[in-house]
Amino acid sequence: MMAADSTREKKKVQIVDFLYKYGTLITILLLVVFFGTVTDNFLSTTNIINILRSISIVTIIAIGLTVSLSVGGFDLSVGSVASLANALVISMYVWHGQSFGLGIAVTIVFCLVVGVINAWLVINFKIQDMLMTLATMFVFQGVALTYTRGATISQNMVMPSGDFATGQIPKLFGKLGQVPWIIVIMLVIVAAVHLFLTYTKHGRYMYMIGGNQEAAKLSGIAVSRYRLFAYMISALFAAIGGIVLGARVMNAEVNAGGPYLMDAVAAAFIGYSVFGAGKPNAFGTFAGAVLIGILSNGLIMLSIPYYAMDIVKGSVLALALGITYYKRKH
Amino acid sequence: MLDSKASELVMKRISIAFPGVQALSDVDFRTAAGRAHALIGANGAGKSTLMKVLAGAHDHYTGSISIDGKEVRIRTPKDAKDNGIQVVYQEVDTALIPNLSVGENIMLEQTVHNMKGKHLIQWKELHRSAQAILDRMNIKVPTKKLVQELTLAEKQMVLIARSVSRECRFLVLDEPTAPLSHSETDQLFRLIRLLKVEGVGIIFISHRLPELYEICEDITIMRDGKLVVSEELANIDQHKVVELMLGARMEGQFPHAKKEIGKKRFEVKDIRDGDKVNGVNLHVCKGEIIGLAGLVGAGKTELCRALFGAAPIVSGQLFIDNRELRIRSPYQAVKNGIALVPEERRREGIFVEESVSVNLTAAILSRFTKWGPWLSKSKEKQAAVEIIQSLGVKTPSANAKVSNLSGGNQQKVAIGKWLLVDADVYIFDEPTKGVDVGAKRDIYELVAELAGRGKCIIYASSEMSEMIGITDRIYVMFDGQVVKELETQHTSEEEILLHSTGGLLT
Repeated sequence: MMAADSTREKKKVQIVDFLYKYGTLITILLLVVFFGTVTDNFLSTTNIINILRSISIVTIIAIGLTVSLSVGGFDLSVGSVASLANALVISMYVWHGQSFGLGIAVTIVFCLVVGVINAWLVINFKIQDMLMTLATMFVFQGVALTYTRGATISQNMVMPSGDFATGQIPKLFGKLGQVPWIIVIMLVIVAAVHLFLTYTKHGRYMYMIGGNQEAAKLSGIAVSRYRLFAYMISALFAAIGGIVLGARVMNAEVNAGGPYLMDAVAAAFIGYSVFGAGKPNAFGTFAGAVLIGILSNGLIMLSIPYYAMDIVKGSVLALALGITYYKRKH
Repeated sequence: MLDSKASELVMKRISIAFPGVQALSDVDFRTAAGRAHALIGANGAGKSTLMKVLAGAHDHYTGSISIDGKEVRIRTPKDAKDNGIQVVYQEVDTALIPNLSVGENIMLEQTVHNMKGKHLIQWKELHRSAQAILDRMNIKVPTKKLVQELTLAEKQMVLIARSVSRECRFLVLDEPTAPLSHSETDQLFRLIRLLKVEGVGIIFISHRLPELYEICEDITIMRDGKLVVSEELANIDQHKVVELMLGARMEGQFPHAKKEIGKKRFEVKDIRDGDKVNGVNLHVCKGEIIGLAGLVGAGKTELCRALFGAAPIVSGQLFIDNRELRIRSPYQAVKNGIALVPEERRREGIFVEESVSVNLTAAILSRFTKWGPWLSKSKEKQAAVEIIQSLGVKTPSANAKVSNLSGGNQQKVAIGKWLLVDADVYIFDEPTKGVDVGAKRDIYELVAELAGRGKCIIYASSEMSEMIGITDRIYVMFDGQVVKELETQHTSEEEILLHSTGGLLT
């Protein structure tokens, strides 16, 4: 009797373990099978490329967020930084007629400064990362809006002086937002960050800081330096996300990056449990973004109205978090 | 409320066991109202447990408690309070609500228990009652001030005021003076004398012997969960108290290695952290183990952290081999060859969610890389397995999570991390705290072996027997200063304890 109970108990633990490790991947698989059978062209090459393209910007931004999570931080300002990068890079071309390379370089430098500001505030004022970056999220969103004077930047736009803007967006820049480059950029970033976090000593240090900051400090790890680094990486990827977004739509709309924040957060948190990592990781984040992307795409094909989409998205996130935290407690 | 006659509290044959330990065995305790009774003993002697029984915090003890010859039943904190027994624990912050006012905190129990059917708080009445209590105790703290703005001493006063807001016949003060300054202690003693006059029986736990003679009439000494003596304090002098506290000790658990002590390597000059460390000078020779003795709160941990750069140093100098070090962070300390095994191992020493091998290589990951920053898992594993074997860490494998290991084995991992680093100076802060006897022996041997390899060892502990057992020289700390330097061969536990408790009365 006792033995039977304990084996049953063991089985239950094993099932939870299994679900924890592979739940996200199984869900993705089930969704693919489901959408593949009920719709005609879900599994067509065009649609798969379509899905990957649609998740690429979210994924890039979410990877940055993942790096900030790995040191126990939480960079809520990534959406605003993406908006800022989007506005900067388009304005560099349209307003200032800069070349392809310079436009991107200036944008990235500005966004790295933003990352340094975030890190400085979080490290020196010892305010919870999420609260501090909530504040800077508004600030940088405002900076982006002020910079664009609350208007959309596009080619041949009317300037305040009444003239038309003369700058052209380089053709090469437009390529960044098209298949295959947009997907390649995403995959390279996912792979690079995954390798970095898992196989280098710097990645190991960052996970240690995220796991126990005090112990990391007392092990002689330069905690502040790595937190600074993490916030800079986070801002860098948010900037790349914003640039790719600009390349895809070829303009800078008001607060264009904002909506990506919540999807990025969802992707990163769904990713915690993938392969049983139990911590933020790049591959998991990618899987999270794929899950969200497939859901959106499939539901649209089933003609579910777009306004009901968030219900599904939120439910999936709740489920993923439920499994993660259930596992942590047991 | 406080007009009760000179009543007497008697605890008879109190025994209590916890998994693995017999915390109290047949302890008798007796005290009278209007007197202050000192309850003392070394760490782990059982005095706190005895007071917890009295406070109703444990319900599985055997024995009886009676007040004025009438047996009372105390199994819950509420029972204790209903019988007029109040306790002020050392951690005052756990008992106060920081974002409420002084008045609300004092009247907390009335607000919780005496409001049946009422839902509105009468602010005027509340502050008036609180003020009345404070006036009676002659405590000058505004009732509308928030508790979080008070000093530690004021918080204690507020807690005592809360205790006497209900019927209070016996008041237990658990090491109330440990965090207080001299003038704050005087203030507290004034309050205690006032309470004595009002007929409250005070039970006073303290490690500082001189002050007991100032305030107490009776003394009870405990050791290893047993009563040693209960006496009028006037009949027993300070040397005798120390002797009775220690008793005879077991020998033989410490390694006996022949040591060669070289010349001076590590030197500390007038270190201050602006708070708990007030100008410490010490030096360690090659291959020498020095002990930092002192009671809890003497500043040992703070000193260790300051030496390691984990707490800011306000002034002072550090030298290794006559080279001055600039240490502002643990990162720099490690680079300069200093290692610290911290006291709070779970919080500060290990990464519980990571594997044993990740923990062991944490402090010197650079050695386990190839082609720049890329980690070599095989090198890491090899080093981890070596340490696991040499320390005898009981773990299923190098990849097991540290959270699954026992306390002693976690401590070995926390120490093992530094063996790979090969530092010059090793600082151990209470390394055997919460560790079982077998693992303790392993840790002593390890420390001795490090010294044998010519390292400088600083060993902080409040266990006097460890001081005698493994050190070569001892610095005794009291109130953030080294008050005495002792050669271990020519000293005794009594002498160490005497200096730790503030020395002889002058």
